[in-house]
Amino acid sequence: MLDKASFQKWIRREGSAYAFLSTYALLFFIFIVVPVLAAFLLSFTFFDTIQFPRFIGLRNYITLITQDDTFMKYVLPNTIQFAVIVGPGGYALAFLLAWVLAQLPKIPRTLFALILYSPSMTSGVAMAVVWKTLFSGDQIGYLNSFLMNLGIVQEPIQWLQSPDYLMTIMILVTLWSSMGIGFLAMLAGILEINPELYEAAALDGVSSRWQEIFYITIPSMKPQMLFGAVMAIVGTFQAGAIGVTLSGSNPTPQYAGQLIVNHIEDYGFLRYEMGYAAAVSVVLLLMVLFFTRLSNRLFASEE
Amino acid sequence: MKRNWFRRFTGVRNRGINPQGFHVSQIKFYLLLLPLAGFMLLPIVFIFSSAFKPPEELYAYPPRFFVVNPTLKNFSDLFSKMSSSGVPVSRYLFNSMVITLVAVAASILVSSAAAYALSKKRFKLKQTLFAVNTIALMFVPIAVTIPRFLVIERLGLLDTFWVHILPGLAMPVGLFLLKQFMDSVPNEIIEAAQIDGASDLQIYWRIILPMIRPAIATIAILTFQAAWNNAETSTLYVNTESLKTFAFYLSTLTTTTSGANAVAGQGIAAAAALIMFLPNLIIFIFLQSQVMSTMSHSGLK
Repeated sequence: MLDKASFQKWIRREGSAYAFLSTYALLFFIFIVVPVLAAFLLSFTFFDTIQFPRFIGLRNYITLITQDDTFMKYVLPNTIQFAVIVGPGGYALAFLLAWVLAQLPKIPRTLFALILYSPSMTSGVAMAVVWKTLFSGDQIGYLNSFLMNLGIVQEPIQWLQSPDYLMTIMILVTLWSSMGIGFLAMLAGILEINPELYEAAALDGVSSRWQEIFYITIPSMKPQMLFGAVMAIVGTFQAGAIGVTLSGSNPTPQYAGQLIVNHIEDYGFLRYEMGYAAAVSVVLLLMVLFFTRLSNRLFASEE
Repeated sequence: MKRNWFRRFTGVRNRGINPQGFHVSQIKFYLLLLPLAGFMLLPIVFIFSSAFKPPEELYAYPPRFFVVNPTLKNFSDLFSKMSSSGVPVSRYLFNSMVITLVAVAASILVSSAAAYALSKKRFKLKQTLFAVNTIALMFVPIAVTIPRFLVIERLGLLDTFWVHILPGLAMPVGLFLLKQFMDSVPNEIIEAAQIDGASDLQIYWRIILPMIRPAIATIAILTFQAAWNNAETSTLYVNTESLKTFAFYLSTLTTTTSGANAVAGQGIAAAAALIMFLPNLIIFIFLQSQVMSTMSHSGLK
């Protein structure tokens, strides 16, 4: 057991480190660790916010897989479609743009980086004004007016209320704002690479720019690639609220833009089935974990 | 003279990564970037343009993208407006400013103190705790909205000022970037200070903080964006109207887009959206070089 003398010794040696850490650690525990654990525990209960949670084992998960038609028919396919395009697509785009920017001198590079980054500074709320006007369903809407002028469409289209277009618009809008700090990290990573590596590679017979990218650039900046990948994955799942913001309703029209995040909100805050919503949350967290593991595999540094 | 010019635009050091000047081989990149940048800027130009449009231009048919007769009417309308519950708009703006300021300052202090311990101190749990924080980079707050609500309710934070600040302070990306940047501060400087008799607090305050300014600027920007753009906290955790934020007020303007309200609100909403966006842009422009130098330490191994 810990006696007084060795406790004092410990305080002298490590006490100040824990003192510096304490505030962050406390907040981290309360607002990140506890909610994740609570989601996990609640997912095994029936909880309607009024009565105390009742343990029901795996029933929430079984219901999710076998009985939740909305989830299987709309939410899961939508989430996969959205995540596959916005995640890897946005990530590849961010890397390519960062690479292109690195080929320019400092001043134009900074200018373009600012322009590409600026959408990710905006918030969903602020931009809702813009999207709703641009994609407005009547003939005053900019896109409708533009397409009608060109004679491509005859009648105004209800872009944000239409199950056919909502998902496409959600993907475009999210890609538009996906050049965030992952993109900046990759740009910095490319610029950090020692130019001598390229010269050495040229002597070894690496001739095209594509070869350079795959044999020199990406292997030399794996840590930044991984950081960018994690940011892209988190950003993708975090962006899920966009469908509800655009269409103005949860559930979205005919569930066309319904993603996991909206499903959680639907059950948690509209139907007050908190236990079930928690089970969906756990599934979402597991998905993030799975994709991060996958990118870890791809970009792990061999050290 | 002519040869100099020739060398300048075809020189080897202007080709490839991070060139010093212009080179013909860069033209293709400009041809790719210019239209893309134009396209990316459209929605932002649109905010600026709409915010200064008089009503007849906002509802003109056919709609025009650019403003013709700019006016400040939308802004004066915005500030003379009360929300439906009688709270003046300036109150929301004031709340947002105070909340953002406190959040940024607190976040810098809390995260940099923790980063100092993780980067420069020796203790048993060091590696483990940093690993936990790195896993938390994948944390998706929106997934645990419900348990977070329960925690905040239990702590009695509902409907208080602090609910705007505290939940966002532990920001794993922030701690991660600060710690990585701090690793590049040489240990010799700290050892020298220790020999001169400096205490831990003095080392942190006088040596570490000034040396990690770029990383601090980056955290400041990230926290600023998170706090300034936050409408969710007001929606979920705050009932008292006079405690809510400007971002929340803007969200109420855009959710009522049907009928007469939409017609009256669009100009005001555009003006409010511009006020939301501008501070982000200005701060980033001033601090962008610091952000870039932080990002070169952002590698995840």
